[in-house]
Amino acid sequence: MSALNNSAHRPRLSLGPILYLWPREQVFDFYAELLETPVDVVYLGETICSKRRQLKPEDYWELAERVTAAGKQAVISTLALIESDGELKTLKRICADERFMIEAGDLAALDFLEGRPFVAGHSINLYNHRTLAFLAERGLKRWVMPVELGRATASDLLQRRPEGVECELFAFGRLPLAYSARCFTAYNRGLGKDNCEFCCGDYPDGVLVTTQEGQEFLSLNGIQTQSAGTHNLLPALDEVRALGVDLLRISPQSKHTADVVRTFADCLTGDLDPAEGTARLRDWAPSGLCDGYWTGDSGYKFGMPV
Amino acid sequence: MELVCPAGNLPMLKAAVDNGADAVYIGFRDDTNARHFAGLNFNDKQIAEGVKYAHDRRVKVFVAINTYAQPKGWERWTAAVDRAAGFGVDAIILADMGVLDYAAERHPNVNLHLSVQGSATNPAAIGFMQRHFGIKRVVVPRVLSLSQVAHLIRETTVPVEIFGFGSLCVMVEGRCLLSSYASGQSPNTFGACSPASHVEWRDTPQGQETRLGGVLLERRSHGEAAGYPTICKGRYRIDGELRHAIEEPTSLNTLDILPDILAAGVSAIKIEGRQRSTHYVTQVTKVWREAIDSCKRNPQAFRPKERWNQILAQVSEGTQTTIGPYERTWH
Repeated sequence: MSALNNSAHRPRLSLGPILYLWPREQVFDFYAELLETPVDVVYLGETICSKRRQLKPEDYWELAERVTAAGKQAVISTLALIESDGELKTLKRICADERFMIEAGDLAALDFLEGRPFVAGHSINLYNHRTLAFLAERGLKRWVMPVELGRATASDLLQRRPEGVECELFAFGRLPLAYSARCFTAYNRGLGKDNCEFCCGDYPDGVLVTTQEGQEFLSLNGIQTQSAGTHNLLPALDEVRALGVDLLRISPQSKHTADVVRTFADCLTGDLDPAEGTARLRDWAPSGLCDGYWTGDSGYKFGMPV
Repeated sequence: MELVCPAGNLPMLKAAVDNGADAVYIGFRDDTNARHFAGLNFNDKQIAEGVKYAHDRRVKVFVAINTYAQPKGWERWTAAVDRAAGFGVDAIILADMGVLDYAAERHPNVNLHLSVQGSATNPAAIGFMQRHFGIKRVVVPRVLSLSQVAHLIRETTVPVEIFGFGSLCVMVEGRCLLSSYASGQSPNTFGACSPASHVEWRDTPQGQETRLGGVLLERRSHGEAAGYPTICKGRYRIDGELRHAIEEPTSLNTLDILPDILAAGVSAIKIEGRQRSTHYVTQVTKVWREAIDSCKRNPQAFRPKERWNQILAQVSEGTQTTIGPYERTWH
């Protein structure tokens, strides 16, 4: 099917893993609320810091059962940076469970998942068709495009994707930009990572970093650095449809995530105009919207014509 | 333990070879390597001459092709691999799985090293790359503590190279998009962090400002020392305070822990700085050659000489150096 004939194509909606440290109760309440929304795929699991243990793998599996019972696909996401033996052991245990699809966050997960169906997360560096083909031969069923890549590469990759491999785009949320060994939340509180007092729990959407002239620029989430701006692909909906993108990911934030999902869903069904949808989303983005990566510009810029 | 030194051009390569490098790493003049700066790197004639110069003196040459290829321009990466192999280099340093797959298939007899940009920080990740591409060495990102490096070495059969001196990347290399968030170009896509064409220096009544892609990274009073502006070393407001929220403008120097690095079984120590000068390469190579030899002779008695630290301080970027993540307290 040519790209032009594909305009009726309707991507599914996915909910990315929760990237922040929220209280256990809040996590369960969050999923109870989100399972009522028209989201199709739900990613679950700790992807940032292995010290966060409010929820264990068993808890995520239990949530995954609920997701499945609600008629949605559950995917278990894994840590983006694996350093210690303990992290590797937990990863191995998660990857050994074959009830649910697994999203690989680190190369280590590719090692454990080889030969069975898996998703490559955006922290796996998949930039070209040869990497795509290589991983497809090893079980890749879906990949989340690295967030710095825009429509030009998406288009090239979608034209050359192997049979049966789906493409997912990070469509809404603070952008995952970098990972470090240092916990920046603890560092800025004068604490070390080994003695962090779980202070990231005080920042349900990360710690805001502002430039000396007041531009809200980054958000620190433990060892992860995110954009302050909320990436939003809603204005690109027509292009995304025409390219044949399979899934759009909405990354959880502490407030209005269900509203965001409904807004995307309404735009996908045609019940809401993307310009109007984007106007709503702006109110729910803590530091405003950005979309530069999609057009090949700086990620922080905003200005896609709707 | 091999001493691997940077060369951004032919005079730097010769300086590294003449002053005691065991290996020199270089790149082509395009975005296929992670030090893609104007006026830097090698054309074919220079590589041929460099390889001959080094090999005549029993020094190895590695070519870094360590950025991530996108479908548009893919042939640039495969051609770079073919060219490197054709020059008879001792290893090609790669990051991208697709390019590794190509190199392993097309040039099965060429040594492949996994670049630091390949983001392998654990034995399973390294094992995956070894199994599929037969990598002969892994350069690990500057995020592991030395005890983690030592443990990793025990858990893998792939020889491990670490960074010993130069700029300090505080993010997992290969998975840091901060540069493209501000400028549209990143180490992965363009081969440079904070590309010079997007950096601005402005003198204003408030002080000297440095910007990347229009974003203010630092504003300091006139006369304060200024390093090359990168997002991770900028000064920002966070929780009501003005501070280096990610890292101070420091550079990496592991001379103090050299005996521990040796004892950990590190196979090679890498000096950062292909974008620096011939003077830098000369001085740093000389000091590190002397230090490694001295440490190998008698690790127990090893103490960095005052003279070495003075020389290294003169060529360091920024005013401070750090052992960085190799020390657990950094984390």
